[in-house]
Amino acid sequence: MATALRSFGRRRWVNGSVCRGRAFSTNTTCDKLIQQDNNPPAPTPKSLNLYSAINQALHIALETDPRAYVFGEDVGFGGVFRCTTGLADRFGKSRVFNTPLCEQGIVGFAIGLAAMGNRAIAEIQFADYIFPAFDQIVNEAAKFRYRSGNQFNCGGLTVRAPYGAVGHGGHYHSQSPEAFFCHVPGIKVVIPRSPREAKGLLLSSIRDPNPVVFFEPKWLYRLSVEDVPEHDYMLPLSEAEVIREGSDITLVGWGAQLSIMEQACIDAEKEGISCELIDLKTLIPWDKETVEASVRKTGRLLISHEAPVTGGFGAEISASIVERCFLRLEAPVARVCGLDTPFPLVFEPFYMPTKNKVSSSPMLITHFVLCAEMWNLELILAIYTTLVFACLDAGTGCYKINCKLLAAQKQLWFIVKSDQNVNLYHIQASKEGELGR
Amino acid sequence: MAILLRRSTSVLQSLKHKLGFWSTLSLQSSGGVFGRSRDQHLVSFPYNSSSPNILWIGRFASTVAVNHLDPLPFSDSDDDQQQSLEFPGGKVTYTSEMTFISESQEKRVPCYRVLDDNGDLLLGSHLQQVSKEVATKIYNDMVTLQVMDTIFYEAQRQGRLSFYLTSSGEEAVNIASAAALSPDDVILPQYREPGILLWRGFTLQEFTDQLFGNKSDYGKGRQMPIHYGSKKLNYVTVSSPLATQLPQAVGIAYSLKMDKKDACAVTYTGDGATSEGDFHAALNFAAVLEAPVVFICRNNGWAISTNVSEQFRSDGIVVKGQAYGIRSIRVDGNDALAVYNAISTAREMAITEQRPVLVEALTYRVGHHSTSDDSTKYRPLQEIEYWKTTRNPVNRFRNWIEKNGWWSDREEAELRSNIKKQLMHSIQVAEKTVKPPVAEMFSDVYDVLPSNLQEQEKQLRETIIKYPKDYPSDVPL
Ligand SMILES: Cc1ncc(C[n+]2csc(CCOP(=O)(O)OP(=O)(O)O)c2C)c(N)n1
Ligand SMILES: [Mg+2]
Repeated sequence: MATALRSFGRRRWVNGSVCRGRAFSTNTTCDKLIQQDNNPPAPTPKSLNLYSAINQALHIALETDPRAYVFGEDVGFGGVFRCTTGLADRFGKSRVFNTPLCEQGIVGFAIGLAAMGNRAIAEIQFADYIFPAFDQIVNEAAKFRYRSGNQFNCGGLTVRAPYGAVGHGGHYHSQSPEAFFCHVPGIKVVIPRSPREAKGLLLSSIRDPNPVVFFEPKWLYRLSVEDVPEHDYMLPLSEAEVIREGSDITLVGWGAQLSIMEQACIDAEKEGISCELIDLKTLIPWDKETVEASVRKTGRLLISHEAPVTGGFGAEISASIVERCFLRLEAPVARVCGLDTPFPLVFEPFYMPTKNKVSSSPMLITHFVLCAEMWNLELILAIYTTLVFACLDAGTGCYKINCKLLAAQKQLWFIVKSDQNVNLYHIQASKEGELGR
Repeated sequence: MAILLRRSTSVLQSLKHKLGFWSTLSLQSSGGVFGRSRDQHLVSFPYNSSSPNILWIGRFASTVAVNHLDPLPFSDSDDDQQQSLEFPGGKVTYTSEMTFISESQEKRVPCYRVLDDNGDLLLGSHLQQVSKEVATKIYNDMVTLQVMDTIFYEAQRQGRLSFYLTSSGEEAVNIASAAALSPDDVILPQYREPGILLWRGFTLQEFTDQLFGNKSDYGKGRQMPIHYGSKKLNYVTVSSPLATQLPQAVGIAYSLKMDKKDACAVTYTGDGATSEGDFHAALNFAAVLEAPVVFICRNNGWAISTNVSEQFRSDGIVVKGQAYGIRSIRVDGNDALAVYNAISTAREMAITEQRPVLVEALTYRVGHHSTSDDSTKYRPLQEIEYWKTTRNPVNRFRNWIEKNGWWSDREEAELRSNIKKQLMHSIQVAEKTVKPPVAEMFSDVYDVLPSNLQEQEKQLRETIIKYPKDYPSDVPL
């Protein structure tokens, strides 16, 4: 796996082409998904990529609701990512159409259309170009219901936009602007991780009685392929999903980043660290309870997203979980995210929160002992012949003593505490003073 | 040209008219609905201002700017004060006839050209003096642009470049507009105008280095290919978000105005981008602030797959100028001489009269939108073919210079093979040149590195040591 990923990484910048390694498969969730349908007809899953799954959802949305409309720049011929292929032919140019090149116009128009009881499904060609429409989304769509005392609403509005890295997008074809929208009460922000998720979540977003901003991971449009049931199904909003169970640490992410995180989990698991991976799916209003329950179990939390770390949505999750789980946390909450720079072209591999950045996060592997300063080295060595509490965070008071401990020990034992029991994990120290894995 | 003259006459007339009106107003204190005296008049402005005198001057000035509009199509009534409404911004005559202004003129605004499709000079056309030297340089650069496009497009297809975008079909707008400007004029491009850089001396190596994002790229490898920029050549770096450069150009022009520079700002936009709010903001700002800026719209018929008929229902872009109080002209963008004439006149007016001018150049995007696009999905092949052959701007100009005895087949062959060779060489050099060092990812976010970035750089360097295979080998650490 690791080798495959690395070679994928190399290909990514040498050719500017993307690689299968990024594709996310959710075999484990297939059964769960189908169970979530109330009345599932005989499931007829077909292998689809993400843009085709979106396309299928749009077909269904237009088919099932004569008051649904799809529009945006270049959607008429199928859109620059092919998500709207065939829709204009099938449903006519008055329901599926090109708009003038004006994002504020697209969203403003969509709000008006939605306010008249229609389902307005607007496409913004790239999330990087959503900002001219920021005012319409933040000041208008988000407050349409509230400011009118619920006399008016534009709940039928869904704004779709491809977001995120793609290997060669540079500043303006790579950004992940979700956090801006997560600061806006009144809209929902949804990001799917795979074709099956995309179809079900998009249909829910379209049919949800609130305006939704739906970001699609463009890197996965072609790369991510999985079985997608052909029928009309919806996946619940504001419900996170544990897509991988584990006991040592909780990892939370969304969209394309989950495939990176899943690979990091696999690597960590080989080292004996059991990871629980959660797909948040809806960023606002988000499912705190699922994340909280998981962190209560594991005692650790790592959040990863492509957007710059400062002010990213990871900060919000981190703060909320510290509020709720302070006494259960065994390490500071970790964030492995994009850097605080504009999204750079040739430096993209450096900017990205890679698998190895995730799996080597010190919060994942280091044990934190708050009271180590009070202990003296001889005493520790006398009591614990093979067990030590080791914290290798240079910023903490016990760092020095722990380094000495490492030097004194051939083997280093980590202790991970939990309320009920004590689990022991064995990790090799490959070099003196350095933690090996 | 003729239209322009007619317009300027009417400007003069209405100017005289207005000045007469205002002087009457202030001398005789004979106000209309807004009161009898100048001060009373001011009070009734629907604006709040702490310094009414400044406001007065401002309003007066803007009145001058807008009043070249002919009061069409309403009957020109007499000057009877009873029959007119004195309204902030100028007098409006009354009419008892209920007439809606038509959504369009009966005839489309004609397109100014000098050369016919064969490159023959049209009878009666006024031609600005174009020396052999300038003409052959225009041709040279148009051909260079063509060869660049062919080679770089191919390089992208071979996987050597991540992205490319050609200017095919728009060589004349690119080069001839550049030729009509002075190097001091500040250019704010959209993205399909590399010809201006070429004209100003950006070398093939400099183009290639940007495309490869190597150490020699002025943009330090941070932006996608074709996002050129050169401080030295007064060419503001390309930004992908559309139309954002347009209001910025007005700000730049205003600064040139305040500094009394013999230069203007020149900004380019596609037809599609004129739908953005920024386009409209820019035109309005330029008119109100009387900024010396030339807006050049390359109306090439398409914005990716969106045809102009789905983009706007006006008669193109040219008519939008008047609505904002901006003088405008429509020009055949595939006639290099016409572009040259129109842009040099526009520039002259912008600078000497300190006002914006809008130029709509009718042209055609012969290539795909970019290497990510297949334009045969949405437009007929014959249409592309027609513009590629019959309406080819490079061939047309070549015919003209050939007829002048300034060009030959031999020179043509030499030029093309020479440029091709230079480009192959510059690609080899660019490919061998290392990428900018990783420190350049963190620099220039601000003028100096803040602590968060210092910390992130340190962390990144530790990660690189741990996982060297995760990182490209051609980026120096
Ligand atoms: C704000 C914004 N929205 C959308 C895009 C995506 N986009 C890039 S080019 C383009 C079409 C532009 O057409 P036009 O202005 O006519 O220029 P042309 O490509 O024809 O030269 C679009 C929609 C963008 N770059 N910026
Ligand atoms: Mg265009």
